[in-house]
Amino acid sequence: MSLTAHLLTQENRDVGGPRQPLLGVRQLLKHFPLKQQGLPWSRGPANAVRAVDGVSFDIMKGETLGVVGESGCGKSTTARVLMQLIEQDSGELVFDGQTVGSRAMPLRQFRRQAQMVFQDSYSSLNPRMTIEDSIAFAPIVHGLSAREAIARARSLLGRVGLQPERFAGRYPHELSGGQRQRVNIARALALEPRLVILDEAVSALDKSVEAQVLNLLLDLKQEFGLTYLFISHDLNVVRFISDRVLVMYLGQVVEVGPAEQVFDAPRHPYTRALLRSMPSMDPAHRTEEAPLAGDPPNPINPPSGCRFHTRCQFAQAACQQREPVFADAAEGHGVACLRYEVGSGYDASAFDAGMIHQENEHG
Amino acid sequence: MAEQGKAMVRLRDLRVTFKAPGKTIRAVSGVDLEVAEGEVVALIGESGSGKSVTLRSIMRLHPESRTRIEGGLEVDGRDVLAMRGRELSSLRGDTVAMIFQEPLLALDPVYTVGAQIAETIRRHRKVSAAEARAQALALFEKVRIPSPARRLDAYPHEMSGGMRQRAMIALALSCSPKVLLADEPTTALDATVQIQILLLLRELQRELDLSIVFVTHDIGAAVEVADRIAVMYAGRIVEQGPAAQLLAQPRHPYTMSLLQSRSHGALQKGQRLQTIPGAPPDLSNLPPGCAFAPRCAYAVAACQTQQPAEQRLDAQHAVRCLRAQELQFAEVANAAAAISNDLIDPTKETA
Repeated sequence: MSLTAHLLTQENRDVGGPRQPLLGVRQLLKHFPLKQQGLPWSRGPANAVRAVDGVSFDIMKGETLGVVGESGCGKSTTARVLMQLIEQDSGELVFDGQTVGSRAMPLRQFRRQAQMVFQDSYSSLNPRMTIEDSIAFAPIVHGLSAREAIARARSLLGRVGLQPERFAGRYPHELSGGQRQRVNIARALALEPRLVILDEAVSALDKSVEAQVLNLLLDLKQEFGLTYLFISHDLNVVRFISDRVLVMYLGQVVEVGPAEQVFDAPRHPYTRALLRSMPSMDPAHRTEEAPLAGDPPNPINPPSGCRFHTRCQFAQAACQQREPVFADAAEGHGVACLRYEVGSGYDASAFDAGMIHQENEHG
Repeated sequence: MAEQGKAMVRLRDLRVTFKAPGKTIRAVSGVDLEVAEGEVVALIGESGSGKSVTLRSIMRLHPESRTRIEGGLEVDGRDVLAMRGRELSSLRGDTVAMIFQEPLLALDPVYTVGAQIAETIRRHRKVSAAEARAQALALFEKVRIPSPARRLDAYPHEMSGGMRQRAMIALALSCSPKVLLADEPTTALDATVQIQILLLLRELQRELDLSIVFVTHDIGAAVEVADRIAVMYAGRIVEQGPAAQLLAQPRHPYTMSLLQSRSHGALQKGQRLQTIPGAPPDLSNLPPGCAFAPRCAYAVAACQTQQPAEQRLDAQHAVRCLRAQELQFAEVANAAAAISNDLIDPTKETA
């Protein structure tokens, strides 16, 4: 059943050992240039949407890294660059010790090991192919015989909870949203990848179906030894499924750390505000004040200094001028905020007093 | 049901069926709901449960030729089903207005937002164009759109999602309706913007004493705004009651599983989520008994054959379940609520 000589076996695919990150992301930058306006001689400097603006993080082997942030913060662009669906302007991806795109890890081999599931289950399947053919497509491209690939597709269908004898010959429009998302997951697994990127993969599903798919993802992770990058705007789901959580704001990472720590003791004011924006679930203690006003600023011309200072209730003069450096605030818990930077000119006592006040108010 | 004021919306055994080639889809099969003056009722349920269909029926927005609406449907004491052309269009906007899920689709892309609001006002009121624009400006201020005068001349695509939703709320309020219908108004928004819109709705409701029917699949959003919650499944309201009571003591197995299937509701990390097995029933082929019976862990033989009638547990709380008297889920739900409070309480930390 396993893919033959073309694909390496599970054991000797692991190059760097368990402590080496599966995917290292170094200073990733992706700007989308805007169309120039005006006449050629009167044009100013070219503007660009700074979708991903210097992002670095590691995905460890076997973990689930959750990514949260508002829409437009660059989570999906990051995912697409990681998959190399779009090319970065600068920065480096290191997959298990080998630079992606180098001779040691050409793109084709990388894509066998990293796969993606998208949010819209319908538009990511070819409407003119049966789901069995869709799943078998990639293994055939990568050199498996058609018969083996179909057999593999059927076994995967069974594995994601769709009986192959009932579903194999169906077309995407004959399935419900939850079933289609199961097909997409099966397709992502068809090449025996090590990294699966789930970009809002459960966001479009109903709550009860979402729970079923999340359970399936947990099972598959265990069974196939997968590593997940799980992108979602639903904080509850991220908390449930993630080992570590990464928080993005306007194209940059503002906080990363173990899920429990980020949710129970968030360091960055943005993370705190994001968590407090969740509905309270208690009619007796409804939210009385929106934690954040307005929308995120425009990523074409982001604010100077700390990008969050325009909406941050703890912002001080220093925040406008000085860009915070991402640093460890605790073991494995990184944050980009001047409050945690020594010698940044930020008065930490005001911050802490504000925090205590906030706690009393919402306690 | 609620006795504090007169009923602004009264649905009596409302049935909505759609004709499709070769089959009839029974989207709503018998909904009883009353919304009092100044009351906020949330209709929650999964896709296909009939919550949006119920809502749209109140304004009769379904295509007439393929839809059959039966039962009683009264808004502000007037029979909506008996209305014809002109009467119906004066009801829409004047007495009842609706906010949709996707403002980009609901607003006209080729007119400025200000022009659309002014047009609506002039359609219903005899005012000059300048006066209508001034009213539109006042509405923009009321829904707190920053630099409102400039935003009146913006096209929908020039605004952010949150701002568009505010503009649509302004449009809905332009003829000071008594009833506001909200169809998943915050589903497409980010959490940070969602809470702003929910708070705005709550504030406007208090200020204008609106009756609101709020459709959502997110219990959290419902709890933030609603006085009462009605849970729909396969075209029927299976349980309704005051928000706090429904959350603390759900009496229908479906309500309970909905509360449990919220990923933070019942579970610690590392455990599997409680799921409802199976899928919702086919609306063109509903079972004779309780529609939830095939997925229900507590179903008995009678559930498969007998349609449960609505039982009043007290003046406010009603449930459609044959075993409602035997089943008590209080402990389960309380435990779930306790955990969920833990999870979202940001104050439990030492910065």
